[in-house]
Amino acid sequence: MTLIASSIGRKLAMALSGLFLVVFLTQHFFINLTSVFSESLFNEISHFMGNNPLVQMILQPILILGVLFHFTMGFVLELQNAKSRVVKYKSYKGSANAPWVSRNMILSGIVILSFLGLHLYDFWFPEMNYKYIESLPLDPDRYFGELVHKFESQVRVILYVLSFVFLALHLYHGFASSFQTMGLNNKYSKAIKSFTVAFSFLIPAGFIAIALFHHITTF
Amino acid sequence: MNLTLKVWRQANADAKGNLETYQIKEVSPDMSFLEMMDVLNEELIEKGIDPVAFDHDCREGICGMCSMFINGEAHGPDRLVTTCQLHMRKFKDGDTITIEPFRAKAFPVIKDLTVDRSSFDRIQQAGGFVSVNTSGNTQDANAIPIEKHNADKAFDAAACIGCGACVATCKNASAMLFVSAKVSQYALLPQGRVEATDRVLNMVNQMDEEGFGNCTNTGACEVECPKGISLENIARMNREYLYASLKG
Ligand code: HEM
Ligand code: SF4
Ligand code: FES
Repeated sequence: MTLIASSIGRKLAMALSGLFLVVFLTQHFFINLTSVFSESLFNEISHFMGNNPLVQMILQPILILGVLFHFTMGFVLELQNAKSRVVKYKSYKGSANAPWVSRNMILSGIVILSFLGLHLYDFWFPEMNYKYIESLPLDPDRYFGELVHKFESQVRVILYVLSFVFLALHLYHGFASSFQTMGLNNKYSKAIKSFTVAFSFLIPAGFIAIALFHHITTF
Repeated sequence: MNLTLKVWRQANADAKGNLETYQIKEVSPDMSFLEMMDVLNEELIEKGIDPVAFDHDCREGICGMCSMFINGEAHGPDRLVTTCQLHMRKFKDGDTITIEPFRAKAFPVIKDLTVDRSSFDRIQQAGGFVSVNTSGNTQDANAIPIEKHNADKAFDAAACIGCGACVATCKNASAMLFVSAKVSQYALLPQGRVEATDRVLNMVNQMDEEGFGNCTNTGACEVECPKGISLENIARMNREYLYASLKG
């Protein structure tokens, strides 16, 4: 059996793609953060990310593949798992021995996936359309305005906040779990769990705070 | 204590099965769960009803034969015990207790509460051993020095009694805790290192073929394991497997 066909290999692929997304999420957060402090810096970085050939032609496709791989594999494993217990228990006390977040990764994942759909519709599709389909003139100062405009809608902000709560739940289990999957369970595991708790709270809370900041300051 | 029992009854592997309700009176809190089941069966026999089939052997918590999913948990609500070591004082007068077989595709029901766990045997046969030439020239095991940390960890892993509670409990019916205990037990000792590469590849391969689910690190197995087998073993098996795959 090849590594990627085995249960352990697939789990490992899940962990690696998950960690890759964590890295992406972190850099995305710091770029968003600049929008609170400096309109011009945010525009400058966004313009760079949007037009640098290395980012656009290499990193962006890797990211897309990473996301596709992660959730596709997530669904594949979930379906397999559903088949491993054909007759279900009448009485099953899942909460007695495992935290809710760890038992509902597919649920938090689906919420993130739906958010991703909205997010692409809001930012990425218009961006691709602007740059590559209509080939409109470069305008290095448009990004901040586009960002603020999206956060005017109350419905969007509510959806945004909800999604990041689920992302926090996903990370709360997933981040530390990926180290166990990669074979790391030793005296450092406690520190990894503490870091996971802090990270899974701070980063999503930060995204939410930035959204609220723009929502409130535009009125 | 007077109790209401809801017991899974299934005549054979192909029958559909359902929960039957029985009343049982004057249960002593000092009885073990299996003794309570014995009393139930005596009453059923007197009434001319087929007694409930359930697995047991040592009744000392060491053989791993007794199973049962009691009120939604493998081996019931107590921790670090098998069903034979679970006592009725863990329940209250008037309680309703639901008793089901361990459920997994790889553990098909034989009858009532008994399940076929020979998938574990096949995993063990795929590599859970050390090939030794027993023709009279075997080396004294004590002649090989073993680091104390590793000896302790191997011993802890070897405490696994193959009961299957980890599988029964896991929301994915994954056998990772069992297999990792068996892999670790040998991987940590010099005698076992010799065949470590093939062992982990073959045992994991067999585990996947038996139709157990994939681990998602919920940690439920560790909590329900009567022998306290640690998740550390799963991490070790992941390392061993990755290393063996890249090498082999
Ligand atoms: C696109 C939607 C997503 C879906 C459907 C999804 C689904 C899943 C599923 C089913 C698992 C396996 C659960 C487990 O093994 O316990 C998982 C694990 C994980 N996910 Fe996601 N996920 C998504 C997005 C993300 C994102 C955006 C990130 C990071 C920012 C992420 C990070 C992780 C990590 C680190 C793991 C842990 C892997 C492990 O336990 O070894 N996921 N995901
Ligand atoms: S790991 Fe624990 S629960 Fe699983 S078979 Fe071994 S003793 Fe039973
Ligand atoms: S009957 Fe042997 S462990 Fe319970």
